[in-house]
Amino acid sequence: MLSAIVFFPLISAGIILVLLRDARQIKVFALAVTVLELALAIAIFVVFRVEDYNVVDNMELVEDVSWIAALDIRYHLGVDGLSVPLVLLTALLGMCAAFASWSVTHRVKEYFVWLLVLQTAVTGVFVSLDAVLFFIFWELELLPMYFLISIWGSGRREYSAMKFIIFTLLGSAFMFVGILALYFSTGTFNLVELQGVEGARLLLPAGAIFAFLFIGFAVKLPVWPVHTWLPDAHTDAPTAVSVMLAGVLLKMGGYGMIRLAVGMFPGRAQEYAWLLAVLAIISVLYGAVVTIRQTDLKRLVAFSSISHMGYVLLGIASVVGAGGVVNAVGLTGAAMQMFTHGTITGLLFLVVGLVYEKAHTRHIPDMGGLASNMPVIAVVFLLAGLASLGLPGTSGFVSELLVFLGTFEVWGWITALAVFAIVLTAGYILWMLQRAFFGPQLPRFAGVGDTTALEAVPMVALVAAIMVVGVYPAVVSDVFALGLEPIVTSLQQGAVP
Amino acid sequence: MTLHDVYLLSPELSLAALGLVVILVDMTFRNKGLLAIVSVVGLAVPIALSLILWSDLGGEPGAQMTGIFGTLAVDKFSLFIKFLVLGVVGLVIMSSVGYVSNIRFFPGEYHGLMLFSASGMMLLAATTDLISIYIALELTSLPLAALAAFQRDSRSTEAGMKFLLLSAMSSAVLLYGMALVYGFTGTTHLDGILERLGQALDPSVPFGSYGLFIGVVMVVAGFGFKISAVPFQMWVPDVYEGAPTPVTAYLSVASKAAGFAVILRVFYVAFGEISLDWSGLFAVLSALSMTVGNLVAIAQRNIKRMLAYSTIAHAGYLLAGVAAIAARVPEGESSIGPSGVLFYLVGYAFTNLAAFFAIIAISNRTGSEMISSFAGMGRRAPLLAIVLAFAMVSLLGIPPTAGFMGKLYVFSAAMKADLAWLVVVGVVNSAVSAYYYLRVVRVMYMTDPEDEERVPVVRVPMVALYLTGLGILALGVFPGPIMNVAEKAAGVLF
Repeated sequence: MLSAIVFFPLISAGIILVLLRDARQIKVFALAVTVLELALAIAIFVVFRVEDYNVVDNMELVEDVSWIAALDIRYHLGVDGLSVPLVLLTALLGMCAAFASWSVTHRVKEYFVWLLVLQTAVTGVFVSLDAVLFFIFWELELLPMYFLISIWGSGRREYSAMKFIIFTLLGSAFMFVGILALYFSTGTFNLVELQGVEGARLLLPAGAIFAFLFIGFAVKLPVWPVHTWLPDAHTDAPTAVSVMLAGVLLKMGGYGMIRLAVGMFPGRAQEYAWLLAVLAIISVLYGAVVTIRQTDLKRLVAFSSISHMGYVLLGIASVVGAGGVVNAVGLTGAAMQMFTHGTITGLLFLVVGLVYEKAHTRHIPDMGGLASNMPVIAVVFLLAGLASLGLPGTSGFVSELLVFLGTFEVWGWITALAVFAIVLTAGYILWMLQRAFFGPQLPRFAGVGDTTALEAVPMVALVAAIMVVGVYPAVVSDVFALGLEPIVTSLQQGAVP
Repeated sequence: MTLHDVYLLSPELSLAALGLVVILVDMTFRNKGLLAIVSVVGLAVPIALSLILWSDLGGEPGAQMTGIFGTLAVDKFSLFIKFLVLGVVGLVIMSSVGYVSNIRFFPGEYHGLMLFSASGMMLLAATTDLISIYIALELTSLPLAALAAFQRDSRSTEAGMKFLLLSAMSSAVLLYGMALVYGFTGTTHLDGILERLGQALDPSVPFGSYGLFIGVVMVVAGFGFKISAVPFQMWVPDVYEGAPTPVTAYLSVASKAAGFAVILRVFYVAFGEISLDWSGLFAVLSALSMTVGNLVAIAQRNIKRMLAYSTIAHAGYLLAGVAAIAARVPEGESSIGPSGVLFYLVGYAFTNLAAFFAIIAISNRTGSEMISSFAGMGRRAPLLAIVLAFAMVSLLGIPPTAGFMGKLYVFSAAMKADLAWLVVVGVVNSAVSAYYYLRVVRVMYMTDPEDEERVPVVRVPMVALYLTGLGILALGVFPGPIMNVAEKAAGVLF
């Protein structure tokens, strides 16, 4: 079942490449594929919740066959509570991205092929339980992104695409060293067996391997000071790719950080938690302050991502515990923040793309009064913006609350600063909304219309996801908590009294 | 020479005979198209003979048949290289079908020289004596020098001359090194050297003795020229750029494979006793080659020159596998360095040949080898462009390609041999190389072409192109079988 969800988009991409010619046909086919993929993801989520199917070592839906015997590399897939919501998120945003790509007219065939390959790669990252397989999917995602940004992007797209590639490759280079060092210390690439491996005799000092893994994931998350690729890549990428990039690709970093870096080296994570907390608060504040200064709508949303992903790292920094107790709240908050940021920022990029398509500008000072031209888009934008600043009743509130609850006891002052960043967030979101959508109606936007039915589909889907999780967060947070249980247990042994 | 020796030597002998037949065909028949057909079809004979030898060896690990006074060893290691060289020479001849018609003189000799050189490479992998190694090396190099100058224009002539002079110089250095090793051990036979070294080493001195030290370093320098490792790489860019492109392809793949084969054999067998000393030497050369190759490649505008520097970088990755010796590996486990090198050579052969074949086809039409002249090839020659792009991705080492699996294998070997620093240098270098490999992809797919005319394709070279392209993918997805064979082949060295 997991193989199906991983390779279905890839096979479909092959079908598009070989069999389909007509642009409209390709679009309809790709839409159908992503909708089916979402159905498959929901099915996996449900099966995971109600039944124990093929359970091995806490992992469900496991598939495990030997792949490359000479190096002990296995084709090993499985999901637990940590990965299953992210698989769902990938499928959801994959569908939204396909819908958002309806207006693509340039080299349509290649575009959808790469978009589907990208989905395979990202899904593969979340379900791989073999370190090399994980790494292969991790790297596989680079090529589609490179092409999608540099062919269908805007602005300095080739520069941005290359920057994205080099940053990620450098980060993953260190991760690769870490993975190899682990393999030759323990003789296994199995991510489940490697949990809590730091006690074993390792080829390199445990702190070094932890640092290697952390650097690889920090580039992806991204964490200040290795975040500089993100604003460029986001701003120059086409809408659908920004949705995927912000929505799920950044989550690969958070996921890897929790499953590999913290899961394998709980003690080292606790030792360096102060550093994580400092980096997190810098990312949060720096991201927020820089966001306020942005005049490009898309760049603004991009920078806000840096700030929001800082909360993920902050949640992870709570692993050190307080008073001898590590509670699961902070980590669950980090995981929740990944999920909710995926839906919220995905939605923000989606509406930014629509605004640009219709008003032909992203320059905020040039805008104004757009709400009367495009009421639906304005309302959705407002909703997404409010969710982004953490309004109660939206999913953004839940995840940020969890992060703060989890970290306040541990990092009191830092958390207080992070809470302050919410004010900044409110500032830039509301100010941006006010400048772009309200105020007097401008004559040059006279002919600008509202959303079409087709464009509304992904918006409705994402708004629904935001509201459902906002009102009843347990639907996702319980699953995350379940998946994080073993990690929290192992952290408990090293908790600071 | 007994009949058994002839049997052991039969692949090389039949290949040399094939070279003569091709030259005779050239003199007898007017139709020059026959030459490539005879060469490629004729390769079936040495391949069949090698297969017979392989099956004759049986399943025993380390099985070996020796002949010609113990200087020739037929084992799975040498046969592995033979298959590789034969495959490469066949593909290169197929790819040069359109290209040779541009060369006005001596098409027969072109094929003949290529086959002679290949027989030298095959011999190189199979000899176990310093003197016969030297002879095989010359048999490899002299035809290559002639081939490099085959175009007879100023650049090609310069390439041939440079190759001839520098390979003569490196041979001299190598010979001097061999003489010193002989002076120290009193034998030229590899097993004999190992035996003598076991008795007469002074552990307080690097390499056990200063004389031997100088000798081994000179041997390293001599071989370093052949595999284009830094700091013995200066001939590479000019020769690669000036030589006819199929010859460059051949040079970059086959002669490199043969060079690594002989390095593995000499150092793992003869100098096994002092492996800890030379392993450090190779690790440093490896780091230097990767770094220099990659950094200089970034600045190149000519695609053949860029691939020349890229081949230097890849020599560096391969040397990481050579440095991963058994003595560094934890007790009770074996080194996977040599098998990693062998696998990498196969993957690199497919990848580099695919790249060069696409370049041959494209630059035949455009008449230029500048990277900028590949603009818009994604539209003008979709199939060629896709294979060239895939080859670039494989050279860069992103899955699902042979290049990724090769790097995974050699870096694993280095990590297992406690060379973590070298792995870090290697992976950072791979990341840097994205800049220049992806530039080719970018130019092909994101820049508008000068004219829209389709690039014509010739059928036979296209078959070679597809084979190599599929090879990259197959090794990237299912590397298992070749890795197993490489493991068996490398087992001979321990």
